[in-house]
Amino acid sequence: MKDFEFHRPASIKHAVALVAGTAGAKYLAGGQSLLPVMKLDLAEPTALVSLARLPGLADIRVDGGTVAIGALCTHDQVARSADVAKAIPALAELASHIGDAQVRNRGTLGGSVAHADPAADYPAAVLGLGATIVTDRGRHPADTYFKGLFETSLADGELVTAVHFPVPKRAAYAKFAHRASKYAVVGVFVAETAAGVRVAITGAGATVFRSAAMEAALTTSMTPGALDGITVPTDDLNADAEASAEYRAHLCVVMAKRAVAALR
Amino acid sequence: MPKLTLSVNGQPRTIDCANATLLVEAIREHLGLTGTHVGCDSSQCGACTVHVDGRSVKSCTMLAVEAEGAAITTIEGLATGNDLHPMQAAFKEHHGLQCGFCTPGMVMSACDLAARNPAPSEGEVRHWLEGNLCRCTGYHNIVKAVRAGAGDMNGGK
Repeated sequence: MKDFEFHRPASIKHAVALVAGTAGAKYLAGGQSLLPVMKLDLAEPTALVSLARLPGLADIRVDGGTVAIGALCTHDQVARSADVAKAIPALAELASHIGDAQVRNRGTLGGSVAHADPAADYPAAVLGLGATIVTDRGRHPADTYFKGLFETSLADGELVTAVHFPVPKRAAYAKFAHRASKYAVVGVFVAETAAGVRVAITGAGATVFRSAAMEAALTTSMTPGALDGITVPTDDLNADAEASAEYRAHLCVVMAKRAVAALR
Repeated sequence: MPKLTLSVNGQPRTIDCANATLLVEAIREHLGLTGTHVGCDSSQCGACTVHVDGRSVKSCTMLAVEAEGAAITTIEGLATGNDLHPMQAAFKEHHGLQCGFCTPGMVMSACDLAARNPAPSEGEVRHWLEGNLCRCTGYHNIVKAVRAGAGDMNGGK
């Protein structure tokens, strides 16, 4: 790993100014995605701006129909939050299966959403629930946030400060996890929301995406059987040593059925 | 080089290290505490697990500078003189190790679980240990050891 400057600002304003003023600087939250890519020299930031001392970014608030989770909340914190478990049990459950215990102790919601790994779990909940990504300078609706492989609608240097999840009527997440990393080979989030049924699939493509075919079928009948006969096109699906595109397409339907069966 | 001050196994320590130094490198190479192992060096195997302010983390996936001011506990910090920590004693008693390479990480991870859950079920132990890989024994005796150790830590021996 190449050496870099290290900053630990105490305010969001200072953090944003440091990244804006240093070519090649990156924010560092829990580091569970960034440090591995730096160790492989796939990212070579000239400076890391640690978010660890920024105040007010690690709170969870449930306010009427919204669960607002600070960007620096760890996966462990979300998994063990009684408030999250009560409002959106599927979200607490999803957080409890991200990576492993040690990764959950460090990894953060904001880091996961900003990094936008194609196999990360949180993007499925963010898109599946139609959440809003809140930053230092605005708000991004989930439907237009995930643009492609590790690509989002965030501007350079824009800092995620929170994610606001609308409380659904019912929701569930089912994933087929990679045996060692626990990343999603395929993960499907199904939600029955005030605005209709939403199905978001992670792990299968370059970024998380919705399945219009599954949403239509589940709008007619919210049962696993409603998904019989649906096929997911393999053209844009990932293929690697873990799973072929055809296998991932098959898993999309299987995981969606399991999520429907687990709705609560 | 930047100076870093932290507490390691209850002792204040100061390290001169580059910003790119991993916590596990600081622990092993700068402080000479080689009980913390490097297995995969890619956040999967858990052999490098230590506690940072009481929470288990993979020290291959944290920078030493991130631990500035933190309290680190490594496997060397568990026993009291010749008296094994209850979790270490349980691993010995229940044959929870063979070659021993993964054991420091297993024990540190197990102690974090026991601190949160004094009586974990077999399923809870297996879920918790997903981030610790053992290539010798399988996990049967490790799970037995963790359940016994958790009981001993929380009001047993």
